[in-house]
Amino acid sequence: MRRLVVLGAGTAGTMVVNRLRPRLEETEWSITVVERSTVHRYQPGYLFLPFGAMRPEDVSRPVARTLRRGVELLTAEVDRVDVDAREVLLADGRSLPYDYLVVATGTSPRPEETPGLPEALGGDVHEFYTYGGALRLAARLADWTGGRFVVHVAEMPVKCPVAPLELTFLAEAYFRRQGIRDRVDLTYVTPLSGAFTQPVASARLGDMLVTRGIAVEPDFVVESVDGDAHVLRSYDGREIPYDLLVTVPVNMGADLVSRSGLGDELNFVPVDRHTLLSRASDRVFAIGDAADVPTSKAGSVAHFEVDAFVENFLEHVEGRPMTHAFDGHANCFVESGDGRALLLDFGYDVEPLPGTYPLPVVGPLSLLRETRVNHLGKLAFRHLYWNVLLPGRRMPVPARLSMAGKDVRAAADPAPAGATWKE
Amino acid sequence: MPVTTIGGREVHVDAEGFLTDPAEWDEDLATALASAIGLELTERHREVLRFLRADFATQGETATTRRVQAVGGFPTRLQFELFPTKPAKKMAYVAGLPKPRGCV
Repeated sequence: MRRLVVLGAGTAGTMVVNRLRPRLEETEWSITVVERSTVHRYQPGYLFLPFGAMRPEDVSRPVARTLRRGVELLTAEVDRVDVDAREVLLADGRSLPYDYLVVATGTSPRPEETPGLPEALGGDVHEFYTYGGALRLAARLADWTGGRFVVHVAEMPVKCPVAPLELTFLAEAYFRRQGIRDRVDLTYVTPLSGAFTQPVASARLGDMLVTRGIAVEPDFVVESVDGDAHVLRSYDGREIPYDLLVTVPVNMGADLVSRSGLGDELNFVPVDRHTLLSRASDRVFAIGDAADVPTSKAGSVAHFEVDAFVENFLEHVEGRPMTHAFDGHANCFVESGDGRALLLDFGYDVEPLPGTYPLPVVGPLSLLRETRVNHLGKLAFRHLYWNVLLPGRRMPVPARLSMAGKDVRAAADPAPAGATWKE
Repeated sequence: MPVTTIGGREVHVDAEGFLTDPAEWDEDLATALASAIGLELTERHREVLRFLRADFATQGETATTRRVQAVGGFPTRLQFELFPTKPAKKMAYVAGLPKPRGCV
């Protein structure tokens, strides 16, 4: 009997076990997934919880109900992986031998990485990257009467890099609906040089901030949060005052990755970006947010990774070369408020471009343009997530990035020579 | 690929001025690159640059500010003092390495 052990039953880990179970004979392979939580959360829903647009029960299911028959669930805390001995050591002292290991332990917010932030959280400083944090922000917004509203990203990479922008757009629309928009100053504070990372999308999203009267503070590397003085401070001496701060703390991979000697300085697992095989062991893969691949940390990426990974894994365990290269494909809805959304579709070698998706001309979704249909697509996705994606059924979109429907003429001109960053 | 002259030498650069061939770099070129962005290199600067070069040689990509702190042992505050305002880009530029990969 060969043993596959998967660490983490989040979006990526759940898809891995549910997709592999029917492909691996039960008489030849055991599949065990180790997860410390008993509840699976639909994390894209955290964006809507602060505005009452989704209910807590919409984003939660028991982990046990998300797994196929034939997958063994172990509810336990992992201490570390012993790569040489090929076993997972659990915090309660048990050990779990494996033939192949998949690390799918994701990423989590680390307020303690920013001086002053742990102490400041809870009062006028909030985060929405945890279930509890999103609900506390909802409670705070419900009786907020206006002032300086600051959305802040501590450091890249963060899970779902468009989420902080979406929260800003949704908050601006929310303040208008509450009739207090004229009493709110909004500022978006980012370590990036613009609203987003890639040229065409950054320009488009930056324009959307400007037209909504939202100020942008770029290139802001935070040094500390002063909860008493209500100020964000940067290493280059800037201070941003706030009355209500929503911050996205530093995101890091699981500590067990570090304890196992499998991680980089942010506890992400260095892997081959096309096969997801760990650079440390040919018995270990990392997938989803846990891997260090240079694309977005997002559920859509996990989905497209799993499509390639399943075929690669079956080849790899038979001693054959892996032939299904993952192309960095990411597909992200961006809520822009007032019942509209944009869609971004990109990969390692293709930046987000305007156009239609998944089909040319007819779409029905529009790339890089705000539409009602995109918003309905994002809302519908929650049902697809629970009922199609997690169980490992076929999604109605291709896994590989396609240029069909994309307007390549919009690709950014190279930055002007003369290096504008040097000032 | 544009060619430009820095410190009396022809080197290959990208549209933003970053060297595209790390092999064209040496410590003398670093002095010229630094002066092109208004920096005068001290031994402390050079220690950071040597870390960046050695790390790039093993990792294949330019270290982030966090990595320069966590692995190189140069605190972020020091990086800002040595390479003011935009340390990540300035360190890469002077070290003759690609701009740190745009986080996506």
